Amino acid sequence: MPELITSFWQTYNTLFYTVFVHGMLALSIYITLSCGQLSLGNAAFMGIGAYTAALLTMKAGAPFGISLIAGGFLPAVVALIIGIPTLRLSGVYLAMATLGFGEVVRVVILNMEITGGSLGLNGVPLKTELWHLILVMGILIYFFIKLRNSRFGRILEAINEDEVAASVMGIRATYYKVWAFAIGAFIAGVAGGLNAHFTFFISPREYGFEPAVDILTFAVLGGTRTLWGPLAGSTILTILPELFRFLGPYRLALNGIILVLVVLYLPNGIVNRDTFTNLKRFFKKEENA
Amino acid sequence: MFLQQIANALALSAVYSLFAIGFTLIFGVLEVITLAHGAVFMMGAFAGLIAVTKFNAGLASTLLVSMIVSGLAGYLIDLIAVGPLRKRKFHHLAPMIATIGCATIITSTYQGIFGAEAYRFPFDFVPSTSYDIVGIQLTLLQLIIIGISLFLMVVLIFFLNKTRWGKAVRAVAENPRTAALLGIPVEQVFRLTMSISSAFGGAAGVLTGLNFNTIHTFMGGPILHRGIAVIILGGMGDIRGAMAGGLILGFSEILSVAYISSDFRDAISFGLLFLILLVRPSGIFGKVIERKG
Repeated sequence: MPELITSFWQTYNTLFYTVFVHGMLALSIYITLSCGQLSLGNAAFMGIGAYTAALLTMKAGAPFGISLIAGGFLPAVVALIIGIPTLRLSGVYLAMATLGFGEVVRVVILNMEITGGSLGLNGVPLKTELWHLILVMGILIYFFIKLRNSRFGRILEAINEDEVAASVMGIRATYYKVWAFAIGAFIAGVAGGLNAHFTFFISPREYGFEPAVDILTFAVLGGTRTLWGPLAGSTILTILPELFRFLGPYRLALNGIILVLVVLYLPNGIVNRDTFTNLKRFFKKEENA
Repeated sequence: MFLQQIANALALSAVYSLFAIGFTLIFGVLEVITLAHGAVFMMGAFAGLIAVTKFNAGLASTLLVSMIVSGLAGYLIDLIAVGPLRKRKFHHLAPMIATIGCATIITSTYQGIFGAEAYRFPFDFVPSTSYDIVGIQLTLLQLIIIGISLFLMVVLIFFLNKTRWGKAVRAVAENPRTAALLGIPVEQVFRLTMSISSAFGGAAGVLTGLNFNTIHTFMGGPILHRGIAVIILGGMGDIRGAMAGGLILGFSEILSVAYISSDFRDAISFGLLFLILLVRPSGIFGKVIERKG
């Protein structure tokens, strides 16, 4: 029996690690979505974080923790630079600007010497352990639970509901949107750093438009009203593709179909604020019956 | 050398403008940024390719086929994904997310069918003659690209300004509610706009395929980034702006490739976009999109 468990773990531990990383990425887009902004640059932020962290551990011999934090800070700074002119405007501008930004990151990584260009970075030391992922995820969940009832969290919600009304109430909407965007970039960067240190190899191809759509699909499917939505969405969509391998190249189309169907028929995602009350009601009924 | 670059830049700009004009029209009328426009562009290119290689179509019929296929795709995108969202009041990002879904479906289906390799038009599809026009060497191909693009744009502007349906499109762009009260079939106008704009995207796809003589399933992404830059540059929803923006981007790309380096060609559109957002977010002609409270 234990042998079965070890072989199972050996086969699926990368998948298990990936569930955590995708959960973090889903949360990184969730914070911008929760103030009504669509960022399509989180895959690029993940890429910046991955390269920064990997290069720091490989070339500078920095401790893992320092690399990870640096891998979060650099994308956050970049997000501030992009966010300040873009987020003054309405929500669609961020989506458009971040879409192009992803391309820029790919081009820059491709043309830099230190990043290994199109060949990618090979031999990133395997430093990520399960407890690192659990720890980071724990911190994030704690942060998002605290956020919800904090001043900052309520401001984000106000901006999401009605930005004009929030501004009239004296909320500096742009300021808070920029912070939400930068925090999202930080989270994506850390997730990228963690990811790079267990996949051994990173290349610019992994951080383009398709992964950005993946991240968006995680959050949209799960629902963007509570933090559990993106986590549920990312877990389902990370495990599910393993079951759909037989679809081959058409597997990506599944993401598209999910996006369209969820936007049309399930606009609040599969986990929303009513889910828990509905569940409670459901179990109460069972007891009564 | 410099004059030669002008010829290249004109052909490139023409295609950018053609792509962006539909993109900006959709935004102007439907108030939706359709991120599936790049995928529709790619569909047009492949439709043209099949018309030429399988059915030996001439230039005009190739163009027509690709415009019909792309126009149909635009119609279906509106019918299935974007249209239903208009009837219910949803989050303002919902239509955009739906078009991302459509783009992913189209692109990955085409990648499944055609794979990742590059396809070409037959070698002698457009004869490789060139003409000397005021000192600039223009190839026949470049002349065709510029000519067709200009012709289509003029037709569109004529349609919008002079015809009954065109006026209906402009009325809906101004205010869908008022247009509906005046008896304009708003839903049909929306669908017509999506179809026409997508057809223009498809034409741009064929012309791009001819210009570089490569067609591949990834070609939608780069043009989408450029289209976004062009319409922000020109002002969202502004047709003159899309034409001017296309020229600016085309010339910036060609000149920087010629005189600086070709490595960052794909990043130029973003550089321009970022610059314009910093300096004048309303673009050259247009207005900033504001969310109405």
